[in-house]
Amino acid sequence: MAQTSTASRPARAVAPPSPGTVRSLLVKIVLLGIVDAISLYAVFMLVLQDNWVVAIVVVAVSALVNWIYLSRRFLPAKYLTPGLIFLAVFQVFVLLYTGYVGFTNYGTGHNGTRDQAVNSLLASSLQRVEDSPSYPVTVVDRFGELGLLVTDPEGDAFVGTADEPLSRVPDAEFDGGRAVAAPGWTSLTFQDVIARTAEITALAVPYSDDPNDGALRTPDGSNAYRYLSTLEYDASAGTMTNTQTGVVYSDIGTGAFVADSGEELRPGWQITVGFDNFVRAFTESSIRGPLVYVTIWTFVFAIASVALCFGLGLLLAITFQNARMRGVKYYRLLLILPYAFPAFLSILVWNGMMNESFGFINQVLFGGASIPWLSDPNLAKVSAILVNVWLGFPYMFLICTGALQAIPEELTEAATMDGARGWGVFRQIKLPLLLSTTAPVLIASFAFNFNNFNLVYLLNNGGPRDTTTSLPVGHTDLLISMVYKVAFTGQNRDYGLASAFSIIIFLIVAGIAVISFSRTKALEEIQR
Amino acid sequence: MKVTKRGILGLGSIAIASAFVLTGCQAATDDGGDAPAGGKLTVWVDAERVDALKGAAEAYTDKTGVEVELVSKDNATIKDDFIQQVPTGEGPDITMGAHDWLGELTTNGVVAPLELGDSAADYLDVAIQAATYDGTVYMLPYAVENIALLRNADLVPEAATSFDDMIAKGQAAGLTQPFVVEQGAEGNPYHLYPFQTAFGAPVFGTDASGSYDPSDLQLGNEGGFAFADWLSGQGKNGTGVFNTDIDGAIAKQAFLDGTAAFWLTGPWNVGSAVDAGINVAVDPIPSPTGEAAQPFAGVKGFFLSAESENKVAATDFLVNYLGSEDVQLELYKSGNILPALSAAAETASSDPIIAGFSAVGADAVAMPAIPAMGSVWQYWGVAQAAIINGEDPHATWEKLAADVAAAIG
Repeated sequence: MAQTSTASRPARAVAPPSPGTVRSLLVKIVLLGIVDAISLYAVFMLVLQDNWVVAIVVVAVSALVNWIYLSRRFLPAKYLTPGLIFLAVFQVFVLLYTGYVGFTNYGTGHNGTRDQAVNSLLASSLQRVEDSPSYPVTVVDRFGELGLLVTDPEGDAFVGTADEPLSRVPDAEFDGGRAVAAPGWTSLTFQDVIARTAEITALAVPYSDDPNDGALRTPDGSNAYRYLSTLEYDASAGTMTNTQTGVVYSDIGTGAFVADSGEELRPGWQITVGFDNFVRAFTESSIRGPLVYVTIWTFVFAIASVALCFGLGLLLAITFQNARMRGVKYYRLLLILPYAFPAFLSILVWNGMMNESFGFINQVLFGGASIPWLSDPNLAKVSAILVNVWLGFPYMFLICTGALQAIPEELTEAATMDGARGWGVFRQIKLPLLLSTTAPVLIASFAFNFNNFNLVYLLNNGGPRDTTTSLPVGHTDLLISMVYKVAFTGQNRDYGLASAFSIIIFLIVAGIAVISFSRTKALEEIQR
Repeated sequence: MKVTKRGILGLGSIAIASAFVLTGCQAATDDGGDAPAGGKLTVWVDAERVDALKGAAEAYTDKTGVEVELVSKDNATIKDDFIQQVPTGEGPDITMGAHDWLGELTTNGVVAPLELGDSAADYLDVAIQAATYDGTVYMLPYAVENIALLRNADLVPEAATSFDDMIAKGQAAGLTQPFVVEQGAEGNPYHLYPFQTAFGAPVFGTDASGSYDPSDLQLGNEGGFAFADWLSGQGKNGTGVFNTDIDGAIAKQAFLDGTAAFWLTGPWNVGSAVDAGINVAVDPIPSPTGEAAQPFAGVKGFFLSAESENKVAATDFLVNYLGSEDVQLELYKSGNILPALSAAAETASSDPIIAGFSAVGADAVAMPAIPAMGSVWQYWGVAQAAIINGEDPHATWEKLAADVAAAIG
């Protein structure tokens, strides 16, 4: 057999591939074909939407995929490519986008592009002329130029275009009191009207030679109303002028039209603001105050949670290792329960139990005392840690039990022979070994608790509220829930500031992880 | 080597060809599927009301050839999705929503003005007031919603004439907590607003056109302080009628269990009370002063996207179809709230529960949608909760008024 396989190797270049290779090749081609079909379809749709950048990216990525899988080399790339693509889409892109938003003023009032803001301002500045009637209209066309055939309240017909004010049409055709056709003009059907929506929306027919009489516009193609515009846009100067007050609003680079008095027109638009959001986070006193104490509390919360969970878990694990313990199986079952319930439910139940007047804890355990578990700033912090420990210690208990069992008994025996006592054995031998195996779990647990949004949000919504700041921050808010509140609650959202906060949080957590892991390595070195 | 390479090339070309065929088919069916008029409206609707709109959508397609696609959305995310997607061009032509979004939607420039024309007179006044922002109508209203007092008619057979009378009647029936209203750690000013207005302290004054005027903050007037004093007297250190530990769930449970005879809440909770077998009566909100206790009215409606490419068809669909009595009645049946169109509201009021809410709603005032209101909400509930919990009413209310004024700027 060995001989045949060595012999077939040089022959393969000349001989047709074996049936197995052909089948796998076919599978490969079909899979690639499906991938190509999907990306081709995607490119089609993207190009139709004028989304050229994304289309080019899709083309480049699918070309790369084809090249990698059709070639005979790049074996590692064949394994890595799908993962890398998902990594890029779901992690790298999200990170980069968050980073990008952190450098913009994206938020309430700065939501779209400048053009959209201009259009929206102009549209909403139209005021219907007071006490003006509604005019039945027919949209008409003359050699591609649109006009409005208007019936006035007296029943007379008028026609006008964007350039020509309304003029009387003596020989119009009427249907039920509405002028429907005029000589020299083609009347549009409703389908034609819909097909030319953009033109009709923009069409304003001056009512008379006097611009103060306003212009007729039709929002639905069958009725027109007389409007006056209160804002005028000067495209070359890039300014908005209020035609009634004469105030000029100009674009001074802040993402909105601003008057000399400092008054801004809303909506504005998105611009890149550089490091403004980061600078604001650290300098604006109403933000800096909360940011500082929320950061401190976040550290306290995360460290206390990890330390207490680990301590309690370890204590129980050691207790249960003692051979004199009876019924260990049942105790373990009980201990695992908090971990087995969905945390969401548990937290909500705790929230109910900690209610000051109706909660189980005050009513039953404390005989009707009114202890403000969740409404006193300091007690609320204790409560949050308490509930988190309740949720988290079973996990640490499991980890410690496993880690303890992995430590060979001989070590303890040897230490005892050398004259060490119980506590000494534990502190000098078991604990270091335990720490080196559980360190990664502790770091991960720290990172998790640093961003433990669920607990804070469901238990008390970060409350009690701190009434001294303008941010909707409470005394138990962690950085992550503060970011959520800045970005997604209330009527003034600030996605830019929230993204800047996320980046700061990321830097903190990443920094701690790097330092801790390098320390862990040092710990391992010592043991060696 | 040569053979294999050619094989791969051949197979590769087959793959590419099949890819073309696949996409080609897709594109072809896409072209064929479009409505002949080339128009298509996308409408975001909250999940409960999709069915109610199907009839109107089909009728519109039959008459005009414009296809109407109803997209069912989660009510909790519609607003944020709309604000974020409209500028990207991905948003719908029309979305369902509530009038108090208006400040946010206009500040972000995502809604287009809507001309109701002469049909504006056919709607309830409060609906039109709510749909108007800065003198311009932006919303086609379809329902009006406000809170009222639910009474357990088996426990207390007669309606209360005043706030004190309500408590007395409940206590006479042997209840320790006769009246419940939803609060919570951060207060709930929406539910306390009727009492505040009874003291003559609305949030904002109105200008000549009837719109709320953000520069005329009425919160800190004399009535506001009188209200704060009263609230303090009904709080922790007083009668204990108001309690921030009573949240929505606890209030509901107390009423359903019969330990409370009166519940100040909205139509959304009537269903569960009726299902629990309670003999529910809907009463006007009893006033602590004798002046009318005016709740906020929330108006629901449809908004037109600022970036819609089908504004003409969308406007036509909104004003002439969704504004019709039949559609408004359909929507009423799916949500059990008062239609915004007067004629439909009259028809719906044959139901005693709706009639009860509608009678209270006659006094209701539209909740302010101006962006300044965001600054009010931010401090309002927290201050009320503090007063209920025994903080000095005068100082707390003064700080509230000052904070709000400073935030509005």
